Amino acid sequence: MNAVRKEPSRFMMGIAQIGACGIFLLQILRAIPASLRHIGETARQVWFVGAMSLVIIMTCGLFVGMVLGLQLYYVLSIFGGTAALGTVVSLSLYRELGPVVTALLFAGRAGTSITAEIGLMRATDQLDAMEMMAVDPLAFVVAPRFIAGIIAMPILACVFNVMGIFGAHLVGVSWLGLDNGTFWSNMTSSVDVWKDVINGLWKSLAFGVVCALIATFQGYTTAPTSEGVAYATTRTVVFSSIATLAIDFVMTAFLM
Amino acid sequence: MAQRQSFQIGTGLFILLGFAALAYLATQTTSLANYRQGDSYTLKARFTNIGQLKLRAPVKVAGVRVGSVSEIVLEPDKLDALVSLSVDKRFDKIPDDSAAAVFTSGLLGDQYISLQPGGSPDMFKNNDEVVLTQSSMQLEELIGKYLVGSDSGKAGDKNAPAQPASTPPADKSTKPQEK
Repeated sequence: MNAVRKEPSRFMMGIAQIGACGIFLLQILRAIPASLRHIGETARQVWFVGAMSLVIIMTCGLFVGMVLGLQLYYVLSIFGGTAALGTVVSLSLYRELGPVVTALLFAGRAGTSITAEIGLMRATDQLDAMEMMAVDPLAFVVAPRFIAGIIAMPILACVFNVMGIFGAHLVGVSWLGLDNGTFWSNMTSSVDVWKDVINGLWKSLAFGVVCALIATFQGYTTAPTSEGVAYATTRTVVFSSIATLAIDFVMTAFLM
Repeated sequence: MAQRQSFQIGTGLFILLGFAALAYLATQTTSLANYRQGDSYTLKARFTNIGQLKLRAPVKVAGVRVGSVSEIVLEPDKLDALVSLSVDKRFDKIPDDSAAAVFTSGLLGDQYISLQPGGSPDMFKNNDEVVLTQSSMQLEELIGKYLVGSDSGKAGDKNAPAQPASTPPADKSTKPQEK
């Protein structure tokens, strides 16, 4: 036996965090059947996590589409290929920007609120109280939010894409004077349902799992102080963003 | 309870919105938008080279889309590409001596098949073959032909037996420059 217990290094603590997160995922998955009895709670969370994020997602989608329209118009005009604007905007939105930016916004808008809510429940001993009453907090609090995140993310990504296309159409066709028919026909002739739209949907589904898992995990394991909740909320945004972009790279490499 | 009900309605609307957005993306902005399974008839055309022609590429008359490429197979004995064009039933007044050509939209765009109307009084019917075809114009081939063509012209000049009489003066004039 060690007389003095050595403080584990930061690196080892990071590994332990990842391990704890994995175990937490298994616990949530085990609690999902029990949480289906509170299906109304899941629906309520889809409303809070998803529908309440619509405004920010739609606004940002519109602006991202408009910026893409402007920037790509400039770049394409160098090569005399402005007719391809619709194609380039839709491909970059569906394959990359839609899922990723939605996930980043989702982590900031919904992930933090999930973490803060669960974290405050932890800090005010509500989770312990539930356990005392033989209510599994994983099934009643965590799993509905987790499922809601997974349901909401692909929906938000689709809405983001639609708004982005509208934004690019607004800039390209209405302002810069591209031909409406060229814009759409070039897009429809080179965008594929399975390779582009569904491919992006898989990505956003994966981001939904990761962001919801990180948000609930950080909230559930927070230090039960106000400072702890603040740290947990920050970590949710940081880790969600890193995980989203890292997984995005891996999935792009595999799904190409 | 009424509050819970309203949440469920809102959630339901949100999920429906998601499906609507997905349906819009999938059907209006992708190749599915061009995929209209209306009544159509099939024409066949043989090409020696179809270039980058793909399935569901548009078939156009006078630049207007009238159908799409439904099948591309290689004929094993002739080694020709047999392309099936499915043309919308509405456009059934295409003369049967019309020509089919593989064109590229723009310099770098996708390839499509253009039907150039002929003057025959008879119209194409289902499963007719378009006899007059023009293969895809390959940029590489054109460039290759140009380069090789100019090369062989020079080579011919040097090797041709009738030329030497006329070349020495030219050689003389170029020699100072060469040395």
